[in-house]
Amino acid sequence: MIEAIGQYEFLQNAFLTGMIIGVIAPLLGAFIVVRRLSLIADALSHVTLAGIAAGLYFSQTFTFLAWLNPMYSGMVFSIIGSLFIERLRTVYKHYQELAIPIILSGGIGVGVIFISLADGFNTDLFSYLFGSVSAVSREDLWLICLISLIVIATVYLLYKELFLLSFDEEHAKASGIPAKSIHFIFIILVALVIAASMRIVGVLLVSALMTLPVAAAMRMAKGFKQTIAYSVLFGEIAVLAGLVSAFYLDLAPGGTIVVASILILLLVIAAKKFTKAG
Amino acid sequence: MNQPPVIEIKNVSYRYDRDNVLENIQLSVPKGAFLGLVGPNGSGKSTLLKLILGLLKVKEGEVFLFGTPQKSFKNWDRIGFVSQKANSFNTGFPATVYEVVASGLTKKLGLFRRPGSKEKQAIKAAVEAVGMEAFLTRNIGELSGGQQQRIFIARAIVSKPDILILDEPTVGVDSKNVESFYNMLAYLNQQMGITLLLVTHDIGIISDKVTHVACLNKYLHFHGSMQQFETLDEEDLSDLYGHGIHLLDHHHEHQGADV
Repeated sequence: MIEAIGQYEFLQNAFLTGMIIGVIAPLLGAFIVVRRLSLIADALSHVTLAGIAAGLYFSQTFTFLAWLNPMYSGMVFSIIGSLFIERLRTVYKHYQELAIPIILSGGIGVGVIFISLADGFNTDLFSYLFGSVSAVSREDLWLICLISLIVIATVYLLYKELFLLSFDEEHAKASGIPAKSIHFIFIILVALVIAASMRIVGVLLVSALMTLPVAAAMRMAKGFKQTIAYSVLFGEIAVLAGLVSAFYLDLAPGGTIVVASILILLLVIAAKKFTKAG
Repeated sequence: MNQPPVIEIKNVSYRYDRDNVLENIQLSVPKGAFLGLVGPNGSGKSTLLKLILGLLKVKEGEVFLFGTPQKSFKNWDRIGFVSQKANSFNTGFPATVYEVVASGLTKKLGLFRRPGSKEKQAIKAAVEAVGMEAFLTRNIGELSGGQQQRIFIARAIVSKPDILILDEPTVGVDSKNVESFYNMLAYLNQQMGITLLLVTHDIGIISDKVTHVACLNKYLHFHGSMQQFETLDEEDLSDLYGHGIHLLDHHHEHQGADV
């Protein structure tokens, strides 16, 4: 396989992209999970699906839009979706979770319309839904590198604000840090990471890569920095194991990565039980 | 001697819709005091705190902080606040004691700055002041209610405020640990020179720790030093306080007059 990676550019792209999203998805995921926003990631990924379907449709239908990479339209939809969620959360102050089914079903609804317009499924769409080892282009890779730079730099620079916002939102507001702006930046980052990760794990399984490694990490970490470190470690293991098995068994990597994450989670839970019993 | 009081409240009234919650309140917290603000549930204690902290707008009367009118007051890091823990914190959160206390420096450090060695020392000192230095690397969720509340106090004092305002801090604290909790507060007040404003519905247990008492029930029924307070007898108290007062302390000459 290592020879194959040396030979084929598409494999290099897939593995580099996998390594990158194995870092940024669990990194943001740690904040998402502790803030109990896991479902927001899910809702946004479905909006991203609508964006991708729209991009595929427009690039097929209109020759002057043939250059359009569906990743861009997915990203744009995802960011717009995140703005809508925030808006809905303030409209329905006492039913904040209501924003999630609205956005989630809205995303699928719009997505399905574009898919039907484009005359149903094709392999392209399949790879966006469940990930692909062969579909990542060099252009995708560069875009994903850029996104990950933005994400890592922002989390580094705003770490203590993000931590305080996650740990104690009320205290964050009372102490006078710009909680609203920080939260807004955070949601945009989530939208970007979803767009970056979908090439490998697929739109429908992005949120798994953001939450499952964190769920495992929380079982054994002391403190939040350790939670992030373990999450990234587990994320990397899951992506690598998932990509290798997807390559050899000719499967969609979204499935193998998620199954690998679940295995890690089960192992951690079992190990924890075992050490406690012993 | 001529230092202005840390908090001074002049003729403050407040109403929600038509209900008067506070009526013509005069209250001052001198520097170095340990003031117990006592009142039953619904007596307007929390409203008064919100007015002091600027979370509610003062419409009638005036509030001065360190001699400055509240409207133009900027140095909010001189005021530390510890709320009832149950309010806002998720006990399953994977953060160590160190990380929680460090988060108290977020505002003081400002955007993009990370804690340096000076801040790290301040964090350790704050944790020592509340007697929790053995727990620095433990997850906050593993601690008892009283220990967690100590950590929240450490988070509030790590930025070195002049006054610490505590809203019913013993709500989640085990009754057998309440005494040592108040001893710790007395230590902060006497040894570290932090002025304390403690809101509680139970004066009995704090009566030998506080230096000043204010009894609130819509009106301010009593405001003075602890010595003056102790000269009042049970009947005076009941009159002052409206409902009667929970006076169960360690000297058994006062008997509880619960209603």
